[in-house]
Amino acid sequence: MPTTVSLATGRPAAAGAINLNHPDHYFHWGFVIISLANLVVIVVLIALFIAALLVPFMKPRPVPAPEVDETEPAVRAQAAATGEPTWTGAVRRLGLRFLPPAKLLPDYQPAYVASWAYVFGVATLTALMVVIFSGLALAFEGPAWWHISSAGHFVNSIHLWAVELFMGFMTVHLWFKFWMASWRGHRQATWMTGVLCFLVAIFEAFTGYISQTNFDSQWIAFEAKDAFASSGIGALINPLNFGQAVMLHISLIPAAVLVLVAVHVLLVRVHGVAPPIEARAEHLSTPAPDSAEVAR
Amino acid sequence: MSAPEAQVPAHVDRRTEARRRAAAEGQPWRGPLRHYDIIKEATIAFVVVAVLAVALAALFSSPDQPPVTLRQWANAQPAGFTQVALSELQGTSTSATYGPPFNGQSGSVQSLGPVSIQKLLGVAWPLHPDLAFVIDPLSTLPTDPALGSAIRTWESAGAAQQKSWTAAYAKEVGKLGLGASIPSRVSGAGPVPQLLSSLLAMARTGALDAALVSHGTFYSSDYTNAIMFLGDSATSQDHSYWNEIVTAEHLQGSQWGVMNETGSWPGQPWLWLYSMWYQVPPMNSSHNADILVVAIVTILSLALLFLPFIPGLRSIPKWVPLHRVIWREYYRQAPR
Ligand code: HEM
Repeated sequence: MPTTVSLATGRPAAAGAINLNHPDHYFHWGFVIISLANLVVIVVLIALFIAALLVPFMKPRPVPAPEVDETEPAVRAQAAATGEPTWTGAVRRLGLRFLPPAKLLPDYQPAYVASWAYVFGVATLTALMVVIFSGLALAFEGPAWWHISSAGHFVNSIHLWAVELFMGFMTVHLWFKFWMASWRGHRQATWMTGVLCFLVAIFEAFTGYISQTNFDSQWIAFEAKDAFASSGIGALINPLNFGQAVMLHISLIPAAVLVLVAVHVLLVRVHGVAPPIEARAEHLSTPAPDSAEVAR
Repeated sequence: MSAPEAQVPAHVDRRTEARRRAAAEGQPWRGPLRHYDIIKEATIAFVVVAVLAVALAALFSSPDQPPVTLRQWANAQPAGFTQVALSELQGTSTSATYGPPFNGQSGSVQSLGPVSIQKLLGVAWPLHPDLAFVIDPLSTLPTDPALGSAIRTWESAGAAQQKSWTAAYAKEVGKLGLGASIPSRVSGAGPVPQLLSSLLAMARTGALDAALVSHGTFYSSDYTNAIMFLGDSATSQDHSYWNEIVTAEHLQGSQWGVMNETGSWPGQPWLWLYSMWYQVPPMNSSHNADILVVAIVTILSLALLFLPFIPGLRSIPKWVPLHRVIWREYYRQAPR
């Protein structure tokens, strides 16, 4: 016999200017079921992609090619050393060879870097910073805070929306890097660290959901345990164990995201931005015999 | 390049050309440059994104529906609760028969062809629901002589005796509607009516919620027992208290639930490709659905990871000329 269960479960949710605390509208198309809210997110991302594709970028200001040779600092570093071979000197030379300061913090770019397509990497990075700052504030006050204080609830809202922005910008970033085939020119590792960022971020979001200590976390943990168990991960991670979930969410996994993002962004700087598909031959320098190995 | 082109087969030539191109595309750019200020760009981006996040938070807030408790469940559906509790005592519930990582049974063991990683890795978080969900919590209650002797009777009885008691009880209680109240006397059921009516009373006060997470220690952060007990109602009773809420919120697996969120907030739309496989055959009716979906998604993730090395796939962006739009300025100024 069906029993009616009231959805009004007591606690008043701290409302935003627009109240979303009511049942969503769901679309059913064949086997597809999607909520209006998720559909809006997906439509917004596609619209962002199209807008970034079509809207003209700010007019580039041309600069002459810099006089300095990028290999020069490496040579200088070598010359400045005492002459005694040291590990420290070797590491310094390596750093300067792959990432001379002008490459790490550039004040010029190839002229073709003139499209909104390029801003989604930085947007992802800055959204991640907002996620981390708001997450640190939540961690500082402990897991009960955001349920019982409206300040806590607001910080939680910032955390949630920063995550939506982070995942959204990353998705559009991924789409663009695919259509630009940005792995060309020995940039495969950049693409691959990007994909790892994406996968680890999904896992990070998951542990966040099950660390909420609310209705969502109960149900998501209960549902997820079967996929975990069946794949063997369940022998290491028990999603029903709140303590384990929250520890993973605030230590190991964010550390992994940060390391991956750092490697990813440094790789972009090491290789420089990928040239356009079918760039003119005279714009691409032919590799010197020894540097072809380095680029590989 | 002044290679003697005539002697080289076409495909070797193409491969050399591709390699030469990749090497050239990996070299520093020798074309026109533009002014750029990486720190300024990053600062502006941070301010814009931070303002956007705060604005979205102020506009839309965030969901925080309180957890479901065994107390609410036991009050709303006394018979439903007791039927699940009985199955824990009988060892027939989903948790009791689960298998690794919770116990040595095999009810929820999945395998991919002949291989079951789940079984291979064994029990990591031992769970015995007859004790953990029923007897142990009851033993924490203040000494009530009738309950105390019921527990002792149950514990000292042989398996066959226990089975006949629970069978007699099931005959009476199994046919009740979820919201019905339970009988206090059932003939032939031994100590079972006493045990389960005490457990129901305990659950209705909220004491069971606390007992299930305490694990006999002061501090606790593990909710496995409480959620698994609640979950046994979700797997065995379509209209259980928890299922009703979950279904109304479109959170069931069969409703693409992993993507969804309570209320009208967006959930995890990035899980669409994971969620989708559960909706199509054979996964939508397979006992091995989870491991099948995990396998498919692992393969797809590896394909995405190694995309730059997969012939065909990696050439799609060259065939579909979206790049002509992205770099239209460059192509205009430097035509092929
Ligand atoms: C945590 C997530 C990520 C962050 C913070 C991030 C950040 C960045 C940044 C700042 C850039 C340079 C600016 C730009 O070209 O947009 C970049 C470039 C790049 N990203 Fe990501 N990214 C992330 C995830 C991804 C993902 C998921 C992919 C693809 C699967 C990806 C692939 C690439 C590639 C191939 C480049 C090189 C672009 C080029 O040389 O033109 N990234 N990323």
